[in-house]
Amino acid sequence: MNWLTNWSPSWQWFHRLGSPRWFYQTTGRWLPWLSLLALALLSTGLVWGLGFAPQDAKQGNSFRIIYLHVPASFLALAGYYIMAIAGAIGLIWKMKLSYMVMKSAAPIGAALTFLALFTGAIWGKPTWGTYWVWDARVTSMLILLFLYLGVLALQYAFHSNEAGNRASAILALVGTVNIPIIYKSVDWWYTLHQPATIKLTSAPSMHSDMFQPLLVMILGFYCFYTVALFLFTRAEILRRERKSTWVKELVIGAQH
Amino acid sequence: MHPLRKQRLQFVILIVVAATVVVGLVVYMLGQNANYFYTPSQIAAGEAPQGVHIRAGGMVVEGSVQRSPDSLDVQFAVTDGASLLVIQHSGILPDLFDEGEAAIAAGMIDENLVLQATEVLAKHDEKYTPPEVADAMNEAYQRKQEYKQTQKSGAQ
Repeated sequence: MNWLTNWSPSWQWFHRLGSPRWFYQTTGRWLPWLSLLALALLSTGLVWGLGFAPQDAKQGNSFRIIYLHVPASFLALAGYYIMAIAGAIGLIWKMKLSYMVMKSAAPIGAALTFLALFTGAIWGKPTWGTYWVWDARVTSMLILLFLYLGVLALQYAFHSNEAGNRASAILALVGTVNIPIIYKSVDWWYTLHQPATIKLTSAPSMHSDMFQPLLVMILGFYCFYTVALFLFTRAEILRRERKSTWVKELVIGAQH
Repeated sequence: MHPLRKQRLQFVILIVVAATVVVGLVVYMLGQNANYFYTPSQIAAGEAPQGVHIRAGGMVVEGSVQRSPDSLDVQFAVTDGASLLVIQHSGILPDLFDEGEAAIAAGMIDENLVLQATEVLAKHDEKYTPPEVADAMNEAYQRKQEYKQTQKSGAQ
């Protein structure tokens, strides 16, 4: 790993990025714009998808739950990598901010995974004829929910922040194995859940009138996720850095 | 990179690689046991256990659905292109159950190699089409079939 050793002079920016105060101030400037963008995309996507997209030839209107189910599942999977990478950076560089991002990603990811499972169950009853099946896709998604909850639980299981951070990060890293399994489960095994509609390598097997609002919803969920992660992380920064002067000044300034 | 950080990076890589190897082996050993259902070919080849509760799935054969006029009894056949499996069920079928669509049935295989199903589920495919487009496609298909027929009769 010589390339990493020889790269040392340029690491400074990385350490500056790890400053909670810098993160708090920068995200504070971005948040209004990001929230506005998320709101615009989500409301456009929802009205378009639920109100104007054509219904499905076989499923009728019940297919419209896809506009929540698929974006929530996307972010539940992508958010896990964010949590695990933040955990890895925390382990390697002992960066406080990174652990705060990791901790903040856990409840958001758990909520999105729950939303994906819940909307899937609501859709499953009229479509499949059952709320729940123990096929490879649904079961691996349930494991994802438990991984998120496990990372969150480990945060509160130790007296010191440091020990909790390290335990959470290790669990988050071990759990990354589950993500490709969830993704490929419908191809590796016979499952009740259908294969992917949106693929990177080929055109989506969905009519474009239905696909365009879905794309807007996915983008909207990415923006919403970023907003949520920023808000959770900022709250965590204030809580963990409450003894630092800049947080004290911020709180006193807010009271006047 | 600081030697201590390099060491920690190696530790992180080790965790991910070890977890991948362990889970990869488990998934590999699980193999086909993690399948949600058996295909008609697997059942014809005797891969499905007899006398226990199993699930079987396939495409519902066109014209194979026979409903009893005075009860909820229904019989249909599913296929995976190679083999056929007859399924008997007594109960309400899901709304999306249809000929030419995929279905999964759970139950026991009797001595006549018929699956006595206690539950029938409809499996939806990954395709989403508006009704007008689906109708147009069906119409185009019909016209093509008719065209082929006229071509054939014209040649005779």
